Amino acid sequence: MTVADFAFYVAAFIVVVAGFFVVVSRNPVHSVLWLILSFLSAAGLFVLLGAEFVAMLLVIVYVGAVAVLFLFVVMMLDVDFAELRGEMARYVPLAALIGVVLLMELGMIYGAWASADGVAVAGSLGEITPVNSPNTGLLGMVIYDQYFLLFQVAGLILLVAMIGAIVLTLRHRTDIKRQDVLAQMYRDPAKAMEVVDVKPGQGL
Amino acid sequence: METIILFAPLVGAIICGFGWRIVGEKAGMVIATGLLFLSAILSWIVFFSFDGQTEQITIMRWIESGSLSTDWAIRLDRLTAIMLIVVTTVSSLVHLYSFGYMAHDEHFREGESYRPRFFAYLSFFTFAMLSLVTADNLVQMFFGWEGVGVASYLLIGFYIRKPSAGAAAIKAFVVNRVGDFGFALGIFGLFFLTDSINFDVIFASAPELAQTNIRFLWTDWNAANLLGFLLFVGAMGKSAQLFLHTWLPDAMEGPTPVSALIHAATMVTAGVFLVCRMSPLYEFAPDAATFIVYIGAFTAFFAATVGLVQNDIKRVIAYSTCSQLGYMFVAAGVGMYSAAMFHLFTHAFFKAMLFLGAGSVIHGMHHEQDMRNYGGLKDKLPVTFWAMMIGTLAITGVGIPLTYIGFAGFLSKDAIIESAFAAGTPAGQLGFWLLVIAAAMTSFYSWRLMFMTFFGKPRGDKHTHEHAHESPMTMLVPLGVLALGAIFAGMIWMSSFFGHTDQVAKFYGIPLAGEAHATEEGHGAADEHSEVAAAAEEHSDEATEMATSPEDVEVVVTDDHGADAEHHAAFGGNPGDGALYFGPENTVLDDAHNVPKWVKLSPFLAMLFGLVLAWVFYIRRPETPKQLAENQPILYQFLLNKWYFDEIYDVVFVRPAKSLGNFLWKKGDTGTIDGGINGLAMGIIPFFTRLAGRAQSGYIFAYAAAMVLGIVVLVTWMSITGGAN
Amino acid sequence: MISTDLAILLPEIFLSLFAMVALIAAVYTEKDGMAGTLTWAASAVMIAVAVWVLMSGGNDRTAFGGLFIDDGFARYAKVVILISAACVLMMSQEFMARRGLLKFEYPVLVVLAVVGMMLMVSAGDLMALYMGLELQSLALYVVAAIRRDGVKSTEAGLKYFVLGALSSGLLLYGASLTYGYAGTTQFAGIIGAAGEGEMPLGLLIGLVFIISGLAFKISAVPFHMWTPDVYEGAPTPITAFFATAPKIAAMGLFARVLHDAFGNATGDWGQILALLAVLSMFLGGIAAIGQRDIKRLMAYSSIAHMGYALVGLASGTEQGVTAMLIYMAIYVTMNIGTFAFILSMERDGRHITTIDSMRQLGSREPVKALALLVLMFSLAGVPPLLGFFGKFAVLMAAVDAGMTWLAVLGAIASVIGAFYYLRIVYYMYFGDESLEPVEGHMSPLTFGFLVASAAIMILGIVNLFGVDGYAAAAAATLVN
Repeated sequence: MTVADFAFYVAAFIVVVAGFFVVVSRNPVHSVLWLILSFLSAAGLFVLLGAEFVAMLLVIVYVGAVAVLFLFVVMMLDVDFAELRGEMARYVPLAALIGVVLLMELGMIYGAWASADGVAVAGSLGEITPVNSPNTGLLGMVIYDQYFLLFQVAGLILLVAMIGAIVLTLRHRTDIKRQDVLAQMYRDPAKAMEVVDVKPGQGL
Repeated sequence: METIILFAPLVGAIICGFGWRIVGEKAGMVIATGLLFLSAILSWIVFFSFDGQTEQITIMRWIESGSLSTDWAIRLDRLTAIMLIVVTTVSSLVHLYSFGYMAHDEHFREGESYRPRFFAYLSFFTFAMLSLVTADNLVQMFFGWEGVGVASYLLIGFYIRKPSAGAAAIKAFVVNRVGDFGFALGIFGLFFLTDSINFDVIFASAPELAQTNIRFLWTDWNAANLLGFLLFVGAMGKSAQLFLHTWLPDAMEGPTPVSALIHAATMVTAGVFLVCRMSPLYEFAPDAATFIVYIGAFTAFFAATVGLVQNDIKRVIAYSTCSQLGYMFVAAGVGMYSAAMFHLFTHAFFKAMLFLGAGSVIHGMHHEQDMRNYGGLKDKLPVTFWAMMIGTLAITGVGIPLTYIGFAGFLSKDAIIESAFAAGTPAGQLGFWLLVIAAAMTSFYSWRLMFMTFFGKPRGDKHTHEHAHESPMTMLVPLGVLALGAIFAGMIWMSSFFGHTDQVAKFYGIPLAGEAHATEEGHGAADEHSEVAAAAEEHSDEATEMATSPEDVEVVVTDDHGADAEHHAAFGGNPGDGALYFGPENTVLDDAHNVPKWVKLSPFLAMLFGLVLAWVFYIRRPETPKQLAENQPILYQFLLNKWYFDEIYDVVFVRPAKSLGNFLWKKGDTGTIDGGINGLAMGIIPFFTRLAGRAQSGYIFAYAAAMVLGIVVLVTWMSITGGAN
Repeated sequence: MISTDLAILLPEIFLSLFAMVALIAAVYTEKDGMAGTLTWAASAVMIAVAVWVLMSGGNDRTAFGGLFIDDGFARYAKVVILISAACVLMMSQEFMARRGLLKFEYPVLVVLAVVGMMLMVSAGDLMALYMGLELQSLALYVVAAIRRDGVKSTEAGLKYFVLGALSSGLLLYGASLTYGYAGTTQFAGIIGAAGEGEMPLGLLIGLVFIISGLAFKISAVPFHMWTPDVYEGAPTPITAFFATAPKIAAMGLFARVLHDAFGNATGDWGQILALLAVLSMFLGGIAAIGQRDIKRLMAYSSIAHMGYALVGLASGTEQGVTAMLIYMAIYVTMNIGTFAFILSMERDGRHITTIDSMRQLGSREPVKALALLVLMFSLAGVPPLLGFFGKFAVLMAAVDAGMTWLAVLGAIASVIGAFYYLRIVYYMYFGDESLEPVEGHMSPLTFGFLVASAAIMILGIVNLFGVDGYAAAAAATLVN
C-alpha cells in the first residue's frame, strides 16, 4: 500500500462517514459542518487524482462560499427542525428499509461490474492525467472547445437564475426613502447649506 | 311489368307514409290506393298472359358472401301469378274499403292523422307480401316473410291507445318467431346441404336430399324429411296451424280491413304457399308430408269446434280462417298442391268478403262486435246482408253435387276432401273424416253467424240498433267485387286447378310423363329444358283439344306414347320444371276424380246438416243453445275457452319464461351485472380516489418519498428480472 | 469547425439573443410597461422560428461532436413546442395584464425555457441533456412562483423547485452510473457499449434512474406528485404552459434517450415504461374523479394523457414513436383549447376554477359550451373526435408490439377517465341552476383558440392535417 493509496482510503472513508452524519445529526448546524468536512475530503480525492484546480475550486467555492451561506441561512432562519423531524420520524423505518434495499442492489451492480471496451480503468493515474500541462490549460481546452455548447448553456442557466432571483425578490416600494448616490455626489455644498441668522424670540 | 307490380306498393307506402305532409293526407291515400289498383290490373294481365313457362327477372345483385351468391330476382311461374292476383286484388279492394272504414275512428283523438299511416302500412304490407311470393330464393322469401310479420305487427297494434291491441301485436310477433326459427333453421339446413338458397338448385337436388342423412339434435334424420318439417314449422307459425295458432284470434284486435287483408286472404296463406312452393322437396319427404296432413286436419277440426261457440263476430271468422287453412294443408300434405292453391285462391275471395262484410256490420253498429247484441239487421243493412250471404254460401260449400256448378268454396273444398280420401293413406283417411266433420261445423257456425246477425229480433242496446246504417259506397263496392269472385272463381278455374292431369299440367307448366321420351323420338336430341317444356305445351294443347272426356285423354296418351295406360296422363319432368312438382307415384289427382259417389256427396250432406242444425238452434228454437250450454257446461266451457290453449301456454311457456326473465333481470342483471358495475363505479373506484386524494398530502417529503419508493421498486424489479446478470 | 456547428444551432442562438436583447431593452426603458409588447414579440418570434425550423428540413446533422443533433424528430418536436408556447403566450397576455402579473421577465423566461426545450429534444449527450433540462426547469421554477405575493403560487414554485432538484439528482446519479459503465456520455457511445441483446445491469440501473428523472418532468406516476399542487398554485396561464410545451420536450427527450442511447434494450425499458404508463393512466383517471378544481383536474388529466403517450413509447417500435408524436400533438391542441376556456372563468372580476361554477353554461353560452363539450369528449377519447384517434394510435402500437394487455388496460383506464370529463359536460348542460354561475370574460383571441381547437378536433379526423405523415417521418429518423 503506497502512501497515495492510504490517503485515498482515508479521504474516501471520511467522505462517506461525513455524508452519513450530514443526514443523521440532529442539529442542522452540525450537519453543515459535516458537509464541509465531506467537501474537504472530496477535495483531497481530487488532489490524489491530480486535479489540483478542481480541488481548489471545491474548497474555495463549496466550502468558502456555498457551505458558509448554508450556515448563515440555517442560523438566521427560525425553522423548527424538531417539528419537521417529528413528522419525518414516522417514515424512518420505511426510509431505512428503502436505504438498505437500495444499498444491496447497488452492491449487486458493483459485484457485476463489467467495463465496456475502450474504458480506461483507473489502474494507473498517469494515463488519465497528462503530465507537463497545467490543470487550467487542460480544462480550458475542453470547456472552450469540445464542450463550448455546454459552457454557453451554463451561462444561459446562470442568466435564468439571475433573472429568477431578481423577479422573485426585487420589490420597488414607493413608500420608502431611497439612497440616491448620484444625487448625493452632485450635491453642491454651497447650495446645500444656508446660514440663517435667527433672532432670539423669533421663528424663521 | 312484374317489377312495377312489386314496387308500386312500396312507392305508395313511401309517398303516403312520409310524403303526406307534402302532398296532403287525402292525396297520399289516393296515390297509395291508385298504385295498388295499378298493381292489381297488371297482375291480372300477367295472370292471363302467363304461358306456364317459369321466368326469372333479375332486379339486382343481392348477396355475395363466400359460396353464398344470389340475385334479387322475381320468379314468375303459375304459383306466383296466382298469388299476385290474390294479393293485389284483395289489397287494392281493402285499400278502397278503408276509405270508408277508417274515416272516423274513436280510437284516435280529434285531428290526429292516422289514416295516411294506416294506408302506408297497408301498402308496405302488400310490398312485403309481394316480395315473399315473387321470391326466387329462400332468403328473399324470408325477407318478405319477416316484412309481412313486421307489417302485421304494426297493423294489429294500430290502435295504439288500446292495450289489448298492443298485447295482441306482441303475441302475434312472438308466436311467429317460434315458427320463423324453424323456417330459418330449414334455410340454414338447405344451404348447408345444397350450398345454395336458390330454388332451382334446391329443387334439382331434392332427390339427393331424400337419400341424405343429417345429424340434428340427438340423432340422424332423413334430410328431406327434416328440412321439410323445419320449413313447415315456419309455415305453421304464419298460417296459424295447431299449436302456433293462438295469435290469430287475438290479431282481430286490429282494424277489420287488416283482418280481411292479412289474416284472411294473404299473409296467413303464406305458409300454404311455402309448402306448395317447396313441393319438389315435399314429394321426397313423405314423413313430413304426413305430419302436415295430421296438423292440417286437426287444425281444421279444432278451429271449427271453437268457432261453434264464439260470440265475437270477428273471432268466429278468425277461427273459420284457421280451420280453412287446415283444409289447405291437408291438401298440400296428401300431395294435391294444386287443390291447396285452389282453396287458397277461392278462400281469399270469400273470406276477405266475410271479413269486409263483418266490418261493414261493425261499422254500421258503431263498433259493436258481440253477435249477441245483433239481430234483425237484414233490413237495416241490405247490401251487407246479401254480400255476407254470398260469402256464407261460398264458405259452406253450396253447389249442385256431382257437377261443377256451385259457389267457389263448394268446388275447392270438395276437391280437398276428395283428395284426402284419394290419398289412400291412414293419414288421408283420418283427414277425410275430420274434414267432413269440420265441414258440418263450418256450415253450422257460418249460418249461426248469419242467423244471429241478420235474423231474429234486435238484441242489445236499442239506441245502437236505431242508428244502425248501411255503409258508404267505398265499402260496398269492394264487397260487390269480391262477391263476384266468391261466386264464380271456383267454376271458372275448376279445370285449371283440379281438372284433368293435362289441364293442371298445362296450367302450372308441368311436363307430362313420357314427354322426354316423346321428344327424344320427335325432335331427336332434347337436352334443352326449354324444348322439353315447349314440347309439353304443344302436347297438352293437342291433348286438351281432343279431350272431351277422361277416356279420350287416356286413349290419346296411350296411343301417342304407348306409355303405361293404367292412369290418365301422369305428371312428369324433373323437380323444378314447373311451378309444382308431382312425383311419379303421386296419382292423387286422378284418384280424386274416381272416388266413390258417397265421398263426393259427403261434404254437401255435412253442409246441409250444419245448416239445418243452425236453423233449428237460432231461428226455430232460439232457446236451445242456452239449454245445451247449461246441460253440457264442461264441453261448452272447453270450447268457449278454445281448448284452453292460451291457458296451457301461459302455464307452460309464458310464466316460466317470465319468471326466468325476472330472475335474470333482478338477480342476474340488476344484482350481478349492474351490481358489479355499480360496485366498481360507486364503491371501488371512489375508494381508490379517496386513497389517491389522501396520498396527495401536500407535504414535500411525502412526495419525495413517493419518488424514492418508486425508483427503489423499479431498481429492484430490474435487478431481479433484467440485465445480463 | 465552430462556425458550421453554430450554423446548425442558429434557431436556438437566435431565440437566446432575442431573449437577451428583450431583457436589456426592457430593463433600460419602461420595464413592465414593455411586457405586453414583449409578449407579442416573443410569440411572433417563436412562430417565425417554428416556420424556419419547419422549412429548414434537409439532412440530419450533428454539431459539437455529437452534443447536438438536428434531425427530423428534433424538428418535429421543436415545431410543436414553439407553436404551443407561442399560443399559450398569446392567450396569457390579456389574463396576466388584467391581474397585474405581466412582468417583462415573463416572456423572456418563457423564451429561455423554450430554448432549453429545444436543446433537450436535440440532445445527443447526457451532459447536453442535463443542461437543456436545467435551463428549462429553472425557468419554469421561476414562472411557477411569479405571483410572488400569492401563497399558493410561491408554494407551487418552491415545491416544484425542491422536487425538481431531487429529480435532477436522480437523473445525474443515473447519468453517472451510465458513464461509469459505458465510459462515455454520448448516446452513440452508450448504445455501442450496451451492445446487442443483454445489457449490463449497471447500465440498466443507470437507465432506471434516468427514466425516473425524466418521468418527473412528464409527471408520470409515481413521480407525479408535484403536478396537482403546482398546476393549482401557479397562475392559470403558467399552468397552461406547463401542460403543453414542457411535456412535449420531456417526451421528446424520453424518446431520444431511450432510442438513441438504449435502443437495443427495448425489452427492458419497455417493461418499465409500460408499468409507468399503466400507473399513470389509472391514477390519472381515478384521482381526477375526486377533484373539484378544474386546474387540479387538468393536472390529473395530463398525468393520464402522459400515460397514454408512454404506452406508445413502451411498445419500443417506430410505430410507437409515431403514435406518441401524434398523440402529443393532439394532446397539446386539446389542452390549449381547454385552457383558453379556463382562462375565461371568472366571477365578479375574480378568477375562479371550481368545476361547480360551470353549471348551466350550456344555456348561457351555447357556443363556448359546445366547443368545450367537443374538447371534453375528445380528451375522453370518444370515437368520432381526434382524441380517439390519438388513443387508438398508441393502443394499436402496443397491440402490434405484442403488448395487448397494455392496450386493454389502457382502454379500461380510458373508460374510468371518461367519467370526469363527462361530468363537466353534465354540469354544463344539466347542472343545478341554484348556484351562482361563472361569468365568461373572453377576449376574441382566446375565444378563437377555444373554437379553433374544438374545430380541429372535428375536422382533423379527415387526415389529421397531415401531422401523421410528419410524425412518421420524424419517428423514422429516430428509430432505425
